[in-house]
Amino acid sequence: MVSLNWVKDYIDLTGEEPKALAEKVTKAGINIEKVESDYIDKLIIGKIIECEAHPNSDHLHLCKVDVGNEILKIVCGAPNARKDLKVIVAMVGAKLPDGEIKAGKIRGEESNGMLCALYELGVEPKTEENYDKGIHEVEEEIQVGMDANLYLGKSDTLYDLDIHKHRNNDCYYHIGFAYEIGSIINKPVTLPEDTTSPINENVKDNITVEVETEKCPLYVAKMVKNVKIGESPKFIKERLQAVGMRSINNVVDISNYVMLEYGQPLHFFDKEKLGNKIVVRDAKDNEEIITLDEEKRVLSSNDIVITDGEKSVAIAGVMGGKNSDVDENTKNILIESAIFDSTSIRYTAAKLDLRSEASIRFGKGLNFEYTYKAIDRACHLLEKYAGGEVLTGEVAIDKIDKTPKKVIVKKEQINKLLGLEISADDMEKELKRIDFEYKREGETFDITIPNRRLDVDPNVNDIAEEIARLYGYHNLVSTMPKVETKRGIYVGDIKLRKEISKRLRTLGLNECKTYTLTSPEMAKTFNYEQREKINLPNPMGIDKSIFRTSLIPSLLNIYNYNKARKVKDVLLYEIAKTYQASYEEDTKVCMLLKGNYLLNDWKGSSKIDFYLVKGLVENLFDYLGLKGRYSFEKAEVEDMHPGMTAKILLDRKPIGIIGRVHPSNYKDEIFIAEFSLTRIYEKSIKLLKYKEVSKYPEIEKDLAFIVDKNVQSAEIENIIKRSGGRLLTKINAFDVYEGDNLEQGKKSICYNLTFQDETKTLTDNEVMEVFNKIIQMVEKNMDAKLRDK
Amino acid sequence: MKDKIENIKRSVLEKVKKIEDIKTLSDLKVKYLGKKGELTAVLKEMGKLSNEERPIIGGLVNEVKTVIEDAIKEKENEIKNKELQEKLSRESIDITLPATQIPTGAPNILEKVIEEVEEVFMSMGYDVVDGPELEEDKYNFELLNIPKGHPARDAQDTFYIEDEKVLLRSQTSPVQIRVMLENKGEKPVRMICPGKTYRRDSDDATHSHQFMQIEGLLVDKDVSLCDLKGTCDVIAKKLFGEDCKTRFRPSYYQFTEPSVEMDISCFNCKGSGCSICKNTGWITVSGAGMVHPNVLRNCNYDPEKWSGFAFGFGAERMAMLKYGINDIRAFYQTDLRELKRFDRRED
Repeated sequence: MVSLNWVKDYIDLTGEEPKALAEKVTKAGINIEKVESDYIDKLIIGKIIECEAHPNSDHLHLCKVDVGNEILKIVCGAPNARKDLKVIVAMVGAKLPDGEIKAGKIRGEESNGMLCALYELGVEPKTEENYDKGIHEVEEEIQVGMDANLYLGKSDTLYDLDIHKHRNNDCYYHIGFAYEIGSIINKPVTLPEDTTSPINENVKDNITVEVETEKCPLYVAKMVKNVKIGESPKFIKERLQAVGMRSINNVVDISNYVMLEYGQPLHFFDKEKLGNKIVVRDAKDNEEIITLDEEKRVLSSNDIVITDGEKSVAIAGVMGGKNSDVDENTKNILIESAIFDSTSIRYTAAKLDLRSEASIRFGKGLNFEYTYKAIDRACHLLEKYAGGEVLTGEVAIDKIDKTPKKVIVKKEQINKLLGLEISADDMEKELKRIDFEYKREGETFDITIPNRRLDVDPNVNDIAEEIARLYGYHNLVSTMPKVETKRGIYVGDIKLRKEISKRLRTLGLNECKTYTLTSPEMAKTFNYEQREKINLPNPMGIDKSIFRTSLIPSLLNIYNYNKARKVKDVLLYEIAKTYQASYEEDTKVCMLLKGNYLLNDWKGSSKIDFYLVKGLVENLFDYLGLKGRYSFEKAEVEDMHPGMTAKILLDRKPIGIIGRVHPSNYKDEIFIAEFSLTRIYEKSIKLLKYKEVSKYPEIEKDLAFIVDKNVQSAEIENIIKRSGGRLLTKINAFDVYEGDNLEQGKKSICYNLTFQDETKTLTDNEVMEVFNKIIQMVEKNMDAKLRDK
Repeated sequence: MKDKIENIKRSVLEKVKKIEDIKTLSDLKVKYLGKKGELTAVLKEMGKLSNEERPIIGGLVNEVKTVIEDAIKEKENEIKNKELQEKLSRESIDITLPATQIPTGAPNILEKVIEEVEEVFMSMGYDVVDGPELEEDKYNFELLNIPKGHPARDAQDTFYIEDEKVLLRSQTSPVQIRVMLENKGEKPVRMICPGKTYRRDSDDATHSHQFMQIEGLLVDKDVSLCDLKGTCDVIAKKLFGEDCKTRFRPSYYQFTEPSVEMDISCFNCKGSGCSICKNTGWITVSGAGMVHPNVLRNCNYDPEKWSGFAFGFGAERMAMLKYGINDIRAFYQTDLRELKRFDRRED
């Protein structure tokens, strides 16, 4: 929060309308989220020139009020309304905290405005006592017709900034923000008064400073004696309040006030509670300190402490200690103005949950010039507003690298990067506006970046940005990069992912996206490859604590979600990565189907079963060019129906599973298939070539075997295939039967076999020879019997 | 004899008229035209006629034969046609009964948006690339100019698996780093990398610990901020319509300099102000900028010779804007009642 009145101390804002200025600032990169103004339009000082009782009321008055250029009729209920009283008038259209003033009639009498009490203007709180005071009585010497805002001292505008991380060190204090405004409206910044009349006593005779840690590159100390603790002057109180800080007393307020001017947090110690020494050092593990808020804090070696050589008196940059704080009896003050390592402060503040205005600022980094400026300014204010006596000199331990940040930039470099044609003269103007020091030689600039701009690094891009944002991004034109013409490709397995995805959508499955992190209950199931799982350290919740090894539990969640919403037919798929302790990522494809596939309630639907899902998988794999390379092998898999589950093999290696989810987990007949896309991607496939269809006739023959019930058809088919040789072109199981005419524990499977020769017409004898061999081999190997026709 | 023939003709034609089935008709045909038929019998009696009468009667018989044959043929067609009509009429169905429903396969809405974006960028020569989600700190942060200790990587934002070493990627930018390193500072880079990313956000209507980013990178010899603007225009128009305008505002990212935020003109109110654009007429959709010289250098590209731009946007935000979705969790819930509607084309 920035107060515009405050900013005016450092820069002339004459003629700048607050809202328009906010827009300019936002355009140049500092986003002003909200412009808050307590200014009330149409609020004016008036004088009651007539005051009569309202004919229809026992307490209302009919007033005629002179507001300078007109006389208004206003009905007023305040008991203290009387002739010749000067008042604050809210005219028609004025927007007060409780609403807008409108013209109207009050009990039949015309009223064009309102005579105001201070609580109605938001100046005083709404209390019974304030209510009883009635309307505000304006002093006689105040001019009629004057803007009442000025009379009330109400005319500040507050900017609520939402600024990017890199600018939040220099724009979150009023002088830094003044520089930013200055660069936009092209006006200079004047720093505030910081002179003092030091007494004849030197700080160095009172205190020594030792810095024993790398994490404190700059420590400056000064002293002010005999301060008188009391109330702050009005302007300090008002400004602190405006930006949301509570006024405590003149001394504490000055510390905060200077921080909000220069961005440099200060710490005031009660000198009488310290020895004659300040030591800055790394904290010891388990070192304890009681902080200002009377909490015991346990530190570690990452934290920095300030000690007086014997006891710890503050957690550096974060919070002071109770044992050395300024209280109502404090007389002599030791001021600390320092820079601490920003990472360390952020770490400590986060660890102790002590994020304060000060720690946030230390955490963002500080400008060493202002470390010195701020301490002088504080002394000046303590002398002026707390009656303090400033001691001569200062103690400073300064290890700051003060090498200026310099960069040489050519006009073309800037223009090439921006794609613009800005002239060197225009560039020079922008550099002046942002108050960067430079030497110009032709079209080359030798630039020194001011220390307050911690965010700007000495390179072409940073300078280009400073110039561009002031030059205006609306001046950018749209061009296309001058690059080689080509079409982009899907790199790696992305193409395969897209192809599988599109095929599954075409086959009627809907695409899901679910979370990578799962709960222990979910992670426990369907880990059919027995992978070692990754547990997330520091999870946000137990439900998102383990990396999944399978997508099945996630899709089952989606199934539950839809089932609860009465969706009966659920056809889903997801393609996503799965994980294991080796960090190897395995992209899996998971399909889940339940209900009907083709749906027709009055004719009958096709219910989803194992064979439909198997068909979908085969359709997909054939599409992927894997025909003949995959197979299904019955298997028992955890969490799956033991009689309805198989492994999916590709080139004889398992790549996934297919089957029904175990009925004890889900009563519903849910079928799933899951396989590794990564494994498929590793395979190369044959080129697609046209192949002439044989022009010789096909001969079809049927046969049926009676076999043991547990015999898998694939086993029989394998034997048929092997015995059939090259003349056998197709096998199709077309009937499976168990029951009445068969022995218990047996089943009959019928096959339709197709024979064809690519080079000639087959004779009956040739076919019968192969056919008989097939029968013989199946009977022999499978303990099968040919079934009579 | 002449009369006899005429009688046959008259009688046959009358009978044919009354016949309604094929069987009776073919019996009739045999009775008159068959080998033992009545008309054939007349011909057999021709021998009794004089030489003058014979051709006349012969001609008459043939004429009558043709007439009868035609009449029978016509009748035959009539009957067959009638039978066909009856059959078709029996087969008639109630076409208003419900259809057999073919399952719909809808894309996840995020994937739909991503595919659309990919299509545009691929046509402009950008490759689509992905990388690991379990990422090394150096690719996710360090080489992107976010050194250890930088506030942008404070642990509350990122899921670390091994402290300061391995993490769940918090952005897809590490993929860009990997591609630049692969190209060794020698070849230009043009790529987009859509993918899953993760941050420590509690899930609610507008936050998700898992979300999808689409980032892009172009590195070449002569690339400018205006080129970035032109490229952003193309994608904004594709996603939000030809009249969509873009604007840049200054912004900040650690890996780009200058950095910008891209706004698009509000597609809903066309700039006049509405709830979607919070009455500003503009909607922020993307962060972008010129690749930071440190990043180029980290990936072996000499910033004196190469320049580039990078941009990134959230697939969720795009999809929420484009389809008017108010709750980010919708993308991860797959409510089929709604999702199925997305199985369709769009202009």
